[in-house]
Amino acid sequence: MTFKRVAAASVAALMVGSPVMADLVFPSLSYRTGPFAAGGIPYADGFADYFTMLNERDGGIGGVAVSVPECETAYNTEKGVECYESTKGMGALAYNPLSTGITYQLIPKATADDIPLYTPGYGRTSAANGNVFSHVFNFPANYWNGASAAINHVLELNGGDLKGKKIVLLHFNGAYGKEPIPTLTKLGEKHGYDLTTIPIDYPGQEQKAQWLQIRREKPDYVLFWGWGVMNQVAIQEAANIRYPMDQFIGVWWSGAEHDVKPAGDKATGYKAMTFHGVGSDYPVFGDLQKYVVDAGKAAGDGSNVGTVIYNRGVYAAMMLAEAAKKAQEIHGVADITSAQMRDGLEQLEITNARMAELGMEGFGPEFKVSCANHGGPGAIAIQQWDAAAGKWSLISDFGASDMEVIQPLIDADSAAYAAENNIEPQCN
Amino acid sequence: MPEQLLFAMEVTLNGLMAGVLYALVALGFVLIFKASGIFNFAQGMLVVFAAMTLVGVQTGQIPFAHLINTIFGTKIHHFGWTVPTIIAIIVAGAAMVLVAWIIEKYILQHLIGQPDIILFMATIGMWYFMHGFAPLMWGSEVMKLDVGLAQGINETIDTTTYGWFGYGFFIDNLDIVAAIVAALLVTALVLFSQYTKQGRALRAVADDHSAALSVGISLRFIWVLVWSIAGFVALVAGIMWGSKSGVQISLAEVALKALPVLMLGGFTSIPGAIIGGLIIGVGEQLFEFAIGPLVGGATQAWFAYVLALVFLIFRPQGLFGEKIIERV
Repeated sequence: MTFKRVAAASVAALMVGSPVMADLVFPSLSYRTGPFAAGGIPYADGFADYFTMLNERDGGIGGVAVSVPECETAYNTEKGVECYESTKGMGALAYNPLSTGITYQLIPKATADDIPLYTPGYGRTSAANGNVFSHVFNFPANYWNGASAAINHVLELNGGDLKGKKIVLLHFNGAYGKEPIPTLTKLGEKHGYDLTTIPIDYPGQEQKAQWLQIRREKPDYVLFWGWGVMNQVAIQEAANIRYPMDQFIGVWWSGAEHDVKPAGDKATGYKAMTFHGVGSDYPVFGDLQKYVVDAGKAAGDGSNVGTVIYNRGVYAAMMLAEAAKKAQEIHGVADITSAQMRDGLEQLEITNARMAELGMEGFGPEFKVSCANHGGPGAIAIQQWDAAAGKWSLISDFGASDMEVIQPLIDADSAAYAAENNIEPQCN
Repeated sequence: MPEQLLFAMEVTLNGLMAGVLYALVALGFVLIFKASGIFNFAQGMLVVFAAMTLVGVQTGQIPFAHLINTIFGTKIHHFGWTVPTIIAIIVAGAAMVLVAWIIEKYILQHLIGQPDIILFMATIGMWYFMHGFAPLMWGSEVMKLDVGLAQGINETIDTTTYGWFGYGFFIDNLDIVAAIVAALLVTALVLFSQYTKQGRALRAVADDHSAALSVGISLRFIWVLVWSIAGFVALVAGIMWGSKSGVQISLAEVALKALPVLMLGGFTSIPGAIIGGLIIGVGEQLFEFAIGPLVGGATQAWFAYVLALVFLIFRPQGLFGEKIIERV
């Protein structure tokens, strides 16, 4: 009798403890530990908090609760793949691996498993070609859009003429950091500037040689593709050699609060690209505060709300939530599958009116995903740091990137991938 | 003077300064290896823990706040006060003494007489433990470290060299401070080991554990002492490196910079750590300046190791290390 009671209680406990199979499952491959935790924590918090808000405020998506099981990758590719394998059986609808290395490993796996990958602002840039990468979505912007947006900003500052200007790309000496080189090279041929690339090896604690070179060459602008401690050191070294901060422009992974704060006042004027809004002056953050933080349901302690990387997590979660909603509409079911989720992502349309309804008016550009275009509009704004105010401010609108240059690069790279992997075009 | 020569001179000076910073990290390894024959894999984490504790105390941060908040549902972060830098340094130094005592009592004491490889493995375990423990105690955010050290270009050197050569050299004020601090630290360590009772006991233990024990020297005390000194050196290194990048877990990676310095200078020589650091610093900066652009740049990460390996071929004990002679 006692054994039966224990067994019954165990079964009941398991039923309560296990994820409800009807939930919409969006695993979060997070990194709250390791050398990149300072960026990983706010992203994971923002991602989880947005879904928690939907559960608390709206009862989930289309009446179905959302669950966000977290798996710690420590930004390690092998661990990331293990996380994918260990969570996909939970009914995962989509993955946001938050690492270019993990993304590259998951592209063939997820495609075979019919699970979409959502990689906003990172991952394989040419995955924007949905004709080849059927299960990868990297809207609203990728690294090549970023490179182009930086040049557009510089063009604007120079009256549209960059002939004879010197531009340095200071970058992480790996796949991520080398991503913008082809685009910047092509744009250099088009606009007549002189590009010098200066790599920094991981982890980037010591950058003396790189900054002495910059001091000698006196470039007009320094573009920066860094991550982790590399960011803080680069900004400090730029301040040390008195490089004009407003001529130093980082990609969105080099433009968070924790990147600029260690340099103090000297970081004022530093710029970074962004594909989403900054600060917490949007109605959605009121709801996040009310339904999540104040209710004690936040993934973190609430102190990251409104910071750059937290906002990026919120934005990514919002996109997935909207795509899930679209999938429910298309297929007429609330409990969607990952294949249906893929359809939702491919037919997603973000309008300004919808952004306003979501309490995120002006937080990002409007766009429409299609079978061929999984990369979105590539619209990017520039943000600038003010150390005295302790905040970033947008100093431009979300501007389009130079697709005349970028599209052929995307086509060539994706065609090479298709040839290597015998992929037939999926769009008619 | 040719422009390239001026640039090379500037690079050399900066290499010397970078070398001092490498040497600061290497010093901690040398102290422990010299006294106990242990290659302390966890030295990089001692740097992180020391620097995190300094900032945490200085800014009045509540230790384990995240853990407390998670368990009890509270929202505490700071005590609401700040602590003067000098007191924060003293408290952080005391914390490193406590860490040394804990390491001796709960790890080393149980491994007396074990082969060196076991002790080395224990320090790997320590590294992993502290890698989790330090952020659990102080959080994973990048902590701004401000102990009032000047940073940025030294105007005097810039102006003077401009007057001489028509080109102003860049030397970071923080690097100058680091060089002075390193010189003082090495002098203090040499004086300590030569002229104090504890220092002589430390040297005796370094020479022969058994002989030192037989004349009444407490091995346990010496280990606590040497790990405390290594902890203090880690604190100094953490201040210098943390001032450049903020304090964060990846500061532990600076230990990677110390390995080639140790291979070059020898694991048992304090002057060797300094000279090794300077050679590595100058070598990697000059190599990057002269050869880097021809091979795609970012040569610093591997050049130091290649240089150390070349040295190993001709002088396995390093420049100043003791030659190991084992009779068959």
